[in-house]
Amino acid sequence: MDQFLTFGIVGLSTAAIYAVIGSGLVLTYTTTGVFNFAHGAAGMLSAFSYWQLTVGWGWPVPIALAVVLLLLAPAFGLLVERFILRPVQALGEAERLVMTVALLSGLIGVARWIWDPNVARPLPAFFDDRPPFHIGPAAVTWHQAITMAVAVAVAITLRLLLYRTRAGAEMRATVDDRALVGLTGADPVRANKAAWILGTQLAALGGILIAPTVTLDAAQLSLLIVSAYTAAVFGRLRSVPLTFIGAVVIGCTESYLTGYLPQNDYLPGLRLAAPALLLFIALLVFPHRRLRGRDRRLAPVPVPTARGTLVFAAATIAFGVVLASVLGEADLITYGPIFSLGIVALSYVPLTGYAGQISLCQLSMAGIGAVVWAHFGAHGQLWALGLAVLVAAVAGALIALPALRLSGVYLALGTAAFAVVLDRWIFTLPAFHVLGVEVALFDQGSVEVTGPSLFGLRLDSGEELMVLAAVCLALASVLVAALRRGRFGRRLIALRDSEAAYATLGGNLLFAKVLVFSLASGIAGLGGALYGMQQRAITPDQFNLIAGLPLFLVAVIGGLGAVGNGLFTGTALIGPTNALITLAPSLQNPVALLPALAGMGLGKNPDGIAAHFRHQWEPLGRDRIARTALLAWLATAWLLRLGDLIDGWTFLGGALVVAVALRTWASARQAPAAEPEIPVEWWGVRRDWRPEDEEVLARGVAAS
Amino acid sequence: MASLRVSGVTVSFGGNRALDGVGMTAEPGRITGLIGPNGAGKSTLFDVATGLRRPSSGRVHLDGRDVTRMRPSARAKCGLARTFQRLELFGRLSVHDNLLVAAELGPERPRAAGVVKEILDRLGLTGLADTAPDTLPTGVGRLVEVGRALALRPKVLLLDEPAAGQDAEETERFAALLRSLADDGTAVVLVEHDMSLVMSVCDDVYVLDLGKVIAVGPPEVIRNDETVLAAYLGDA
Repeated sequence: MDQFLTFGIVGLSTAAIYAVIGSGLVLTYTTTGVFNFAHGAAGMLSAFSYWQLTVGWGWPVPIALAVVLLLLAPAFGLLVERFILRPVQALGEAERLVMTVALLSGLIGVARWIWDPNVARPLPAFFDDRPPFHIGPAAVTWHQAITMAVAVAVAITLRLLLYRTRAGAEMRATVDDRALVGLTGADPVRANKAAWILGTQLAALGGILIAPTVTLDAAQLSLLIVSAYTAAVFGRLRSVPLTFIGAVVIGCTESYLTGYLPQNDYLPGLRLAAPALLLFIALLVFPHRRLRGRDRRLAPVPVPTARGTLVFAAATIAFGVVLASVLGEADLITYGPIFSLGIVALSYVPLTGYAGQISLCQLSMAGIGAVVWAHFGAHGQLWALGLAVLVAAVAGALIALPALRLSGVYLALGTAAFAVVLDRWIFTLPAFHVLGVEVALFDQGSVEVTGPSLFGLRLDSGEELMVLAAVCLALASVLVAALRRGRFGRRLIALRDSEAAYATLGGNLLFAKVLVFSLASGIAGLGGALYGMQQRAITPDQFNLIAGLPLFLVAVIGGLGAVGNGLFTGTALIGPTNALITLAPSLQNPVALLPALAGMGLGKNPDGIAAHFRHQWEPLGRDRIARTALLAWLATAWLLRLGDLIDGWTFLGGALVVAVALRTWASARQAPAAEPEIPVEWWGVRRDWRPEDEEVLARGVAAS
Repeated sequence: MASLRVSGVTVSFGGNRALDGVGMTAEPGRITGLIGPNGAGKSTLFDVATGLRRPSSGRVHLDGRDVTRMRPSARAKCGLARTFQRLELFGRLSVHDNLLVAAELGPERPRAAGVVKEILDRLGLTGLADTAPDTLPTGVGRLVEVGRALALRPKVLLLDEPAAGQDAEETERFAALLRSLADDGTAVVLVEHDMSLVMSVCDDVYVLDLGKVIAVGPPEVIRNDETVLAAYLGDA
């Protein structure tokens, strides 16, 4: 009983922190309509700042608290509102979600840049010099008591603020109808600012309170938020009291699992994954929602032509062959993922681009593919590649079942929870037996991965694996393009555009969603298997939620409707970043922020930049002379490289310069010649009279 | 051909009853009008009939078969199709593909392309086949939605303000289309604010007000019904 009480106190103390953070999340969501994935990261950054002020610089605790909670947190909240979310306020839910995911990824990068992750940073608890007091047999530390008192104070303050003040009424009204609130004299922007300031302060408070009890690690602290997310989901993202109840359920569950879960090799991960599992369950027990109608705006999904797709596929393979032949062995490992991760990114095109299903666990699916290949393809058996795709596809189908009940932010949360469960628990399991078959995953560490055998030929060198990955990306792109042109692609787009209309036409939502999740996961699984082969050895960390965020962000920026997005994302994610690090190793930390920064630029290119790139390079493809010149130059330079007369960097740099120059030349040649300005009185004299001239003149006369 | 019958349907939003024991029948070959002031519950009744909203009580029968617990997609397979008051076109597909999605889900799937061509011709939309529906005027968009519903070859067709945004000439052509659909044996239910259209094409008219049916009858009776006039014009 004593133990039960002790764990109960620990649980309630943790619950208090989750409640504080969760209520901040609910406050921001109810006011602004934005589910802030970076809420935990804001708390994490506050905890690090607090550590810096108190431990790092030796400031007194009250001053450090005041600076973090009253100065830094509100300023951060205001900056986020002004520069990150206001530009996308008018866009759809998905865009707003991407911005906060980008912020999460960026803040983790910033924290790792400023505070070296390899240095331990213990943070003392509040009043840790005072002995704990006792409630019955259970000892309560002052830190725990303060934490619980803070939660109670937060609950009372929020209640008073939201229901007894004009500012609170304004905040509650804003989410329902911003325009209408504006008409009543209230200011939705002011309400948003207030919500971001308060929400960030609550995140900061929670971050500071939780930091002494855990390791001060950027990713771990940011993901502790999963528990707070679960609490918020208990509150249906709207109710602060229910969020507090949810927090108590989660805090106590975690605590009692720590105390009472049997000790064996299989369950430690379950303790770590418990919040994510609870989140998954909480999302599933939501009441059914009505079928969704049309969104305000959706990114276009161009129809690729068969010829264009084949040209693109051939170019992808050629790119792979050229890269494989010019890069050294070390660079092949570095740049190999251009194609394998490109395949993983391509899985977003049918899933999110066509069907509108937001998934944050595609890299986890890749992990499943990689681990299946590692074990079953250890001797290069090609059928194991099919098995890797199949197992990932089945896992995808499992995700699709909750997807029938979830959409938008809830689906993103559900898939994020799935990624965390895989990473923290399933991937860390030791080998086990199912129906007499031994299932080994990452062997609680890393697994070696080898290449496949193709027609008796073992593909194991960096060059061979890069070409293989390029061929697979080309084939997967052709498959996705065929899907877009076909019946199933049309149905996916239809169900995304209006679930209600699709269902009332007789479309089966469950079937379509299961199929597209399976297909996308199978593609990701193939990418994962190839990625594993190129990396030679894989660990669960390579496939966790945080590692998958940059991939997701770059894919979104590329434009999820374009089939070329796989190659674009792979190249953009792997190419420039690693090239910059090679040229200037000191840039490693800022370079890690690039995907997040790109994600935050979404407001400027909501339809993606892959299509923009294509449009820019089209003149080169259309101009026969420029095209031939480029191919001739590439062939010559390639031969020079093969003959070791130039190095790989000269070849690639030269190719880029020549391609850009030829593109500029071709664009100039194709631009219509500017017509000399002819005064209106000379129309029909110095140039021919045109049918539209009459209307132009009539409009001019009417306007004068 | 099939008929639609809803009986005793009640739907509540919080404390408000959007529909209160509503009953309605639509017979094959007849055009049934459903009119009433804004907020009377007309679109909600369509939602209940098509399965997008579960009623708290009441039944929906399609061709004598109880479909109350069926999913929307299953009801569509039974021959029920609808349009929406707020356009629900597939904005990223062309007009042609909007119809093609429906035709491929309908009973004439093997000759879906032919069905689409025939409907585009019938509605005069052939010239717009490759157009993105979001760029069309509302009136034309509504016609595309009608075409998409027709591509299912429905036995019961629910049309929610299909003539809104059309000019007099287009409305006249649309009335002829409705008549020809009914002549083919389709049961048509028409929600419409254009009273002259309703009164000219409908065989029966149901009047809804505040979630209740306040009058049923042929147009000439409804036109002079005191209760209906009061609901539309007020009691003054």
